[in-house]
Amino acid sequence: MTTPATAEIRKTALNSTHRRMGAKMVNFGGWDMPLEYSGILAEHDAVRKRAGLFDVSHMGEIEVRGAGALDLVQRVTCNDAAKLTVGQAQYSGLMTGRGTFVDDLLVHKISDTHYLLCVNAGNQDDDFRHIVMHNRFDAKVENAGPRYSQLAIQGPRAKEILQRLTPAALDSVHYYHFIFGSVSGVECLIARTGYTGEDGFEIYFDPQFSEKLWGDLLGAGESAGMIPCGLGARNTLRLEAGMCLYGHEIDAETTPLEAGLGWICKLGKGAFFGSAVLARQKENGIPRKLVGFEMLDKRIGRDGYPVSIDGREVGRVTSGGPSPSLKKNIGMAYVPPVSSVLGTEIDVSIRGQATPARIIAMPFYKRSQEPEKT
Amino acid sequence: MPSANYPADYRYTKDHEWIKVEGSVATIGITDYAQHELGDVVFVELPKLGAQIKAGQSFGTVESVKAVSDIFSPVSGEVTETNSLLSDSPEKVNQDPHGAAWLIKVKLADPKEVSSLMDATAYQAYVADKTQEQSA
Repeated sequence: MTTPATAEIRKTALNSTHRRMGAKMVNFGGWDMPLEYSGILAEHDAVRKRAGLFDVSHMGEIEVRGAGALDLVQRVTCNDAAKLTVGQAQYSGLMTGRGTFVDDLLVHKISDTHYLLCVNAGNQDDDFRHIVMHNRFDAKVENAGPRYSQLAIQGPRAKEILQRLTPAALDSVHYYHFIFGSVSGVECLIARTGYTGEDGFEIYFDPQFSEKLWGDLLGAGESAGMIPCGLGARNTLRLEAGMCLYGHEIDAETTPLEAGLGWICKLGKGAFFGSAVLARQKENGIPRKLVGFEMLDKRIGRDGYPVSIDGREVGRVTSGGPSPSLKKNIGMAYVPPVSSVLGTEIDVSIRGQATPARIIAMPFYKRSQEPEKT
Repeated sequence: MPSANYPADYRYTKDHEWIKVEGSVATIGITDYAQHELGDVVFVELPKLGAQIKAGQSFGTVESVKAVSDIFSPVSGEVTETNSLLSDSPEKVNQDPHGAAWLIKVKLADPKEVSSLMDATAYQAYVADKTQEQSA
């Protein structure tokens, strides 16, 4: 993700609320977002044990409508959207012709002729142009970001808290499914999705109700220990869950197969943009593979630090940092497939010093009842 | 951000270190402003005993969940003590930056170096300016 230096910084509808509540703010992908409220460690802990509320309204929404909607979605994404039932969502990739990522996204099937794509904040305009460029199916494509705010309610108590504000039967909304329902009287798309490795919901609604829903949700969650959270905790949570972040694990130079995302790469669904390259790569093998590692001493391997094996530099850390839940330092990196075996010792160069680490299985953190991937 | 109490007998740098001089030995740490900017501190790397450090040069790092911050020495001298508390309890830097979470003690090479540093009043004005810039 790139942040043009000249571009004006963008704000969500909750910007003044975050500032009033004392959040520490940060420029993320061109958006002025909360980095932390009470502290990354406290927020991380709340999401793992109770619940946290995140403003993720910077995320982009693109809606695809019409008789050709499915054909267009199938053409530009690598997962099989034809498998979706109404009210179901899937994780997918928007592909370049080289089978690399324009972006990663969630595809929600609202009806046979209507799909809602949730995309990364910093990529949404590029994504929109990319999809429009491939629209030879007469679908209607809308860059709908400004029409939506999005809040994420995440953690083991998220369902109980959200249920206090909605008549919708949340128990019947399974992982990676969604419904339309009212929350605190506001019409929302309520999806059981998230980016934390915990149970939880992401709700999409008209931005004019942002302050009301933010306040009502915090009020409803207070007795359950829910606290407002920023992007700092969102990052440590997703890293522990082994989830990719655009611009780090995945970008226009990496394929889903390299990133360990073969499960979203449905080559059998029929040709899509980039599928020929991916089919060849699947047959011939990948040049590098994403792995997880743990540091073997107290030092922290961070984003961008060089990784070497037997003294030879093989790649870089894509995301790395402390794991608050596991009490160790973890990260992800690309290494040659021959060196990707679990238990392999690697070195992370920290300020010029080779520091030992070991390749371990991902996800690093798994909640006790891991839902199935769709 | 809560207004911190900056001890009047310390001197301060523009990089947000503090120094307290007692005779020929100085204690060095990072300021409350610095720990607040960093967020939750999770790791502190300090020099070895006997290391020679120079004014204005980095002698260690303080790492938060999100960031790595170099610590620059306000003075030149020899490291005579490092705070062993911080290897197991780096969070002390957030809790008591001006006290229990001091970083190193240094035998001063040139005590005159201290006089060019900010006093508490000047430093407080300096961070007040910074805080204003950020909320603008």
